[in-house]
Amino acid sequence: MSHVAYWLTVWLFAVGLYGVVTSRNYVHMIMCLSVVQSSTYVLILEVGYRHGSTAPIFLDVPVGTPAVDPVVQSLVLTDVVVGVVVGALLLSLALQAHKRTGTLDPHDLRTLVG
Amino acid sequence: MLVAAVIAALSWLLPRRVVDALAFVTAAAVAVMCAVLMSATSTGRVVEWLGGWRPHQGLAIGISFTVDQIGAGAALLVSIRMCAVLAFSPAYFQEEFEHRHSILLLVFLAAMTGFALTGDLFDMFVFFELMSVTAYALTGSRIREPGPLQGAINFGLINSLGSFALLVGIALVYGRTGALNLAQIGHAFAGHAADGLVVVAFTLIVAGFLVKAGVVPFHFWLADAYAVVPIPVGVLFAAVFGELGLYAVARVYWASFDGALGAAQPGLRSVLLGFGALTAVVGCLMCFLQQHVKRLLAFSTVSHIGLFLVGIALFTPNALGGTAVYVAGHAMAKGALFLLVGVIVYRLGSVDEEELRGRGRGLRVTAVLFAVGGVVLAELPPFATFAGKAMIEDDGVRMGFWWMPLLFAATSAVVGASILRVAGRVFLGWGPREPDRFGADVAGEVEVDDEVEHPPHRRTPVLLLIPVAALLAGSLALGLAPGLSAKAAGAGAAFEDRQGYQAAVLQGRDTPPPTVRPEPTSASAVAYGLASGVTAVGLAALALFRRRVVPAGLRRRAASMFEPAVIRFRALQSGHVGDYAAWFAFGAAALGGLFALAVK
Repeated sequence: MSHVAYWLTVWLFAVGLYGVVTSRNYVHMIMCLSVVQSSTYVLILEVGYRHGSTAPIFLDVPVGTPAVDPVVQSLVLTDVVVGVVVGALLLSLALQAHKRTGTLDPHDLRTLVG
Repeated sequence: MLVAAVIAALSWLLPRRVVDALAFVTAAAVAVMCAVLMSATSTGRVVEWLGGWRPHQGLAIGISFTVDQIGAGAALLVSIRMCAVLAFSPAYFQEEFEHRHSILLLVFLAAMTGFALTGDLFDMFVFFELMSVTAYALTGSRIREPGPLQGAINFGLINSLGSFALLVGIALVYGRTGALNLAQIGHAFAGHAADGLVVVAFTLIVAGFLVKAGVVPFHFWLADAYAVVPIPVGVLFAAVFGELGLYAVARVYWASFDGALGAAQPGLRSVLLGFGALTAVVGCLMCFLQQHVKRLLAFSTVSHIGLFLVGIALFTPNALGGTAVYVAGHAMAKGALFLLVGVIVYRLGSVDEEELRGRGRGLRVTAVLFAVGGVVLAELPPFATFAGKAMIEDDGVRMGFWWMPLLFAATSAVVGASILRVAGRVFLGWGPREPDRFGADVAGEVEVDDEVEHPPHRRTPVLLLIPVAALLAGSLALGLAPGLSAKAAGAGAAFEDRQGYQAAVLQGRDTPPPTVRPEPTSASAVAYGLASGVTAVGLAALALFRRRVVPAGLRRRAASMFEPAVIRFRALQSGHVGDYAAWFAFGAAALGGLFALAVK
């Protein structure tokens, strides 16, 4: 099995984190966060993947056909739901911030320091 | 949760009072159920398989709720706090109290109890996310002002990073063991030496939970969020939320990773002790520097979280039991203090220490309760905070950590002093005016007066003070309860009994919990407790009256020595979410590196 997916996970996590650290725009920052999250999708799917097998639906395939792990797929599904909720909430907060203050730059929005 | 849905559906039909009553009754019912559960777990564990998917020949596929005394206790604590909050909220919010607030609070309650009771790693993640998302929403619920928005966004972003780290850790564990049940993972790990993957997975999981707990250097979001949440929500955050993160660290370690990492325990202990001590010190210093009272309480929470982490990191039954008692006592005192800040805001319409100076003279009951809260946090005997910390530090001294009583006494004295200082200034008008204290102006501190929408009220409704008095009395009663330390140590031992946990979950066999010899509270612990209480009062007096006590020359020299350091120290809390994310990356890397060294 190749390790490409694992390296991809590391790369996505790192690049997303870098984006969050350096971003000067909340919307951009939230997108970077979802890049970080994509790394978890890739990793979870990779963990349960078996080479040359099919989707874990056993209606129309002969018994004993190798299938990928169904558990990880439900995990990813849950993960996607979580991501949507978090993203939507954060974006709505960012939208409110823009409405109130006219800026999306975290640097200008600071009200509490020290 | 069900009731929350019902309220959500019917909210346009029901008048407000009915909703309030319904929410309170639900929380109270949950509290009673948790109490029953706790007494049921005094003899063994309760394992419940959702949907009846029991393990087949020792192989767990379904999702279980595995409850022992500490888990049930945590859930009980959460629901008691929720009762206090729901009793407090209607009177506090008056007209603007909305249905969705009760709904969010109930969902929050459901998520937290679920988190405390579950026996499944992924289930933990789901509840973790559920409570986080509810918390972001509660933080940002006053969307008209930039302060809460900024706090909520910082909170959401940093905690999401933490939970993705957690999820990567879970995925790695699943890839290695093919299991998500904590006991099953522990079974798979048992007897294997730890390798790189286990260390990485453990690091990521612990880092995820420590973000939630607010351990330095993951703590930055916490102060920003706590400073802007509505008071009743702050009560819930300040002493339950973070503790659940630490609870999860302990749970995951003892149920799953102990088998693989048990050999490296001394190394792990020193790493976690280091993080805990650092957190305690940074938290108490920042606490002392604040003049925004809610932020001050937030940093005192950070400081105590550090002390709890120290208690967990000792890896002994006595210390763990002590931590549980400490958490309970602290939760009640901190909750009471937050509610009292609520009373101050209700009456005086501000949370700034300087602005409030001397204006609280008429609030006698509030003043007394506030000071008592400060003393409880300073760990004066015989409150529950003292009982808990005595168990921790006695164990620490027995294991050769001679500095532990000093750490506990010093940090909690500083925290107690900060609170007493506020009490002295607000309720008695003591101390000089000093608006530019501690370089606050240089650090660009802009305090938001985020509660101005409440016009000051004439009198305090009794309903606001009853929950406060009840919480403080609870802390005293818990500290005086006979046989408390023996029971707590027993609960700690059961929590740390990995074999017993596995047997209960996988084979449905209840093993008798291991016995521990409870250690009597040592005289030195009592002495340290008293000393810390006295130091707190002394420090508060020093802060208030230093112009009279300390000669001017000495004061000026001290100021020139410490001021630059203080300013630089405060500037770390930059309010910039990108910086926090960088700290997160740094903290996770440091944690991983140190764990790797510890295991090698």
